[in-house]
Amino acid sequence: MAHLSEAAVVKINEICDRYIGEKTPLIMILSDIQKEYGYIPLEVQEIVSERTGISVAEIYGVVTFYSFFSLKPNGKYVIGCCLGTACYVKGAQQIVDKFSELLGIKPGETTEDGLFTIDALRCIGACAIAPAVTINGKVYPHVEVSEVAGIIDEYKAKEAAEA
Amino acid sequence: MSKINIKIEGHPYQVEEGLTVIDAARSCGYEIPSLCDFNHGECNQGSCRVCLVEVKGMRSLVASCVFPVFEGMEISISSPKATAARRTSVELLLSNHSINCQQCDKNGKCELLHVAKLTGARPEMFKGAQTPVTLDELNPSIVRDTSKCILCGRCVARCKNAHGNGVLGYENRGFNAIVAPAGNRPFDKTPCILCGQCVSVCPTGALMLKSEVQKVDEAMALGRHVIVQTAPAVRATLGEEFGMPIGTPVTGKMVAALRRLGFEKVYDTDFGADLTIMEEGTELLGRIQNGGVLPMITSCSPGWVNYCETYYADQLDHLSSCKSPHQMQGAIIKSYYAEKHGINPKDIFVVSVMPCTAKKFEKERPEMVNAEGLKDVDAVITTRELADMIRRSGIVFAKLPDEDFDSDIMGEASGAGVIFGVTGGVMEAALRTVYHVLTGKEHGAIAFTSVRGFDGIKESQIEINGKILRFAVAHGMKNAKVLMEQIRKGKSPYQFIEIMGCPGGCINGGGQPYVRPVFLPNEDHDILDTYMQKRASALYSEDQRNVLRQSHKNTQVQKLYEEFLGEPNSHKAHELLHTTYKGREPFRD
Ligand code: SF4
Ligand code: SF4
Ligand code: SF4
Ligand code: FES
Ligand code: FES
Repeated sequence: MAHLSEAAVVKINEICDRYIGEKTPLIMILSDIQKEYGYIPLEVQEIVSERTGISVAEIYGVVTFYSFFSLKPNGKYVIGCCLGTACYVKGAQQIVDKFSELLGIKPGETTEDGLFTIDALRCIGACAIAPAVTINGKVYPHVEVSEVAGIIDEYKAKEAAEA
Repeated sequence: MSKINIKIEGHPYQVEEGLTVIDAARSCGYEIPSLCDFNHGECNQGSCRVCLVEVKGMRSLVASCVFPVFEGMEISISSPKATAARRTSVELLLSNHSINCQQCDKNGKCELLHVAKLTGARPEMFKGAQTPVTLDELNPSIVRDTSKCILCGRCVARCKNAHGNGVLGYENRGFNAIVAPAGNRPFDKTPCILCGQCVSVCPTGALMLKSEVQKVDEAMALGRHVIVQTAPAVRATLGEEFGMPIGTPVTGKMVAALRRLGFEKVYDTDFGADLTIMEEGTELLGRIQNGGVLPMITSCSPGWVNYCETYYADQLDHLSSCKSPHQMQGAIIKSYYAEKHGINPKDIFVVSVMPCTAKKFEKERPEMVNAEGLKDVDAVITTRELADMIRRSGIVFAKLPDEDFDSDIMGEASGAGVIFGVTGGVMEAALRTVYHVLTGKEHGAIAFTSVRGFDGIKESQIEINGKILRFAVAHGMKNAKVLMEQIRKGKSPYQFIEIMGCPGGCINGGGQPYVRPVFLPNEDHDILDTYMQKRASALYSEDQRNVLRQSHKNTQVQKLYEEFLGEPNSHKAHELLHTTYKGREPFRD
């Protein structure tokens, strides 16, 4: 098992200690870690387990139950496709499928170059502009299947310019 | 507790307030079908819906395992509505279950098959996708097959209750939900100690032990000199497999059965236990007299050793260096016994009948191999596997005569060795001898009753030559952890600690007969609360009957030292009877 840097261990312990005395601290701890690092691998769960006394089995269960948490690092650009009811009836499934097809990954997965992750979301509160897609905070309204390739290219071009 | 009035199928009963319907019905003599409910709510998911009953005045059926009784409640178990609903629940479970009962080792003790039969569940009522399957048989002790898992959670609860930091949990969601160690890893890459407690509560074939019966068959077929030894706790439970009341000691019939199965010699591991006491007692005295590492902790439970190596790798020098009794005895069989009988040790095949699944792992350890590359023990079969062998051979167990263990060389065994099978027993046995060695006298009360019973942690002290020896006993890793944290902080007040992996000790080991009230119609309805006590009594009464009750008085052990080993902890004893430990990571890639 790979080991974490000492700084990371200190940070994770610090996060755990924020919620000492809470009745159900686990979700809050994991949320903070997810925000801090973007993912929660088993090594990190082991440290949380040691600090809180909650078993790794239980922590792993929570991490895999809520789609908000991820076990693996996300790509640089997280493509959040809303599959909430409003978006769904407006054809969101086809949008996700198109992203999947073009990037060669399933929702929840990350491309090999570490650039893109597809995330299937529940309602993101943008039903008026359904189907909606968000990429690192930027919202794309009324997305159509024909636009998907263009959106991907936008980020690829951005990468090329930065490189 | 105050009583309330309920009716079941129109008959009035008085039951304790606060009980669930299922437990209340049980106290009135009804067994409502159930699966996910176990041991008065030790596991209580309320998820399988196999226990549905109709309650007068309520619109929907209630799950009897979670619903409490109330004054005036009128329950119907057999109403057409309830019966049909239970059947549907079972049919749903079966629709995602890989049924092959004729090949399944659980057949005969399977609770799913039992409720399927009870409810008249029809095959293939609900066809649908099947959850992807994991089959983990990489470790020597336990097989996990998710195709037979009904997600009842009994294993999750047991592992957590026994060991605190449970290994098993639910993961993923909806249709992909499974019960598994984190990341669906194989057990041998997790902190699992291979105790088999999860196996002993699983209602189906999803968690099973790894059988070694075939290895024994092969050794016999090849004409090897096959010797068997039996752990103390096996005699206290084997009879259960043949319908005898829990707590019936069957030593004589067990020996007779083993002879008829074709074993060359049938030995009692109690001899090895006496030997362990000589070595461990001497080691303890050495540590006390020479300022060695204290407290010293017993090392006869391989589940506990696994735990210590995983979570307390920095404290391994507290573990006694003694091998466990059956490993010691195996080592002696392949040296002293072989020499005495002029047999080439390579031709000897040692089988240990154990209450324990972790012993299957232990015997494979590289430290348990002698200088010639021979294992101390070649196969470990559990009480349940022995019962399978006996049934398969056509032997009618109840009709067997009582026979004695073989008595050449390793025949003598003390009552101290017998009680190794229950929590506190190793401590009591050790104290009987340590006291004698230090004072030259016998301790007044032979039984050190303060270490008996099932409290999670027991502690006591005795005065020896004006000095106080403080000791403690723990069973189940949840309790062991408390004592280990004291040690890690340098705050342990004890000199000697006994730890056993399974709650209750070996009498409740993962290889012992399943205790399932549904299959034990003649036991009391609260048998899950009393079976450990009953099994323990079987051992204590055998100790009581024994004339020889102290390990150091075992004349054959004395002779073994005179003729072969020299003295306890001699160079030769160390080579054959002691071992080493190494730390490991909880999760390994
Ligand atoms: S677990 Fe039970 S129902 Fe399933 S195959 Fe085995 S015996 Fe049959
Ligand atoms: S064998 Fe013991 S430690 Fe391993 S999962 Fe089962 S109960 Fe837990
Ligand atoms: S493995 Fe057995 S005990 Fe555990 S959830 Fe599955 S069926 Fe229940
Ligand atoms: S359903 Fe997609 S934003 Fe509400
Ligand atoms: S036994 Fe009651 S819901 Fe499973």
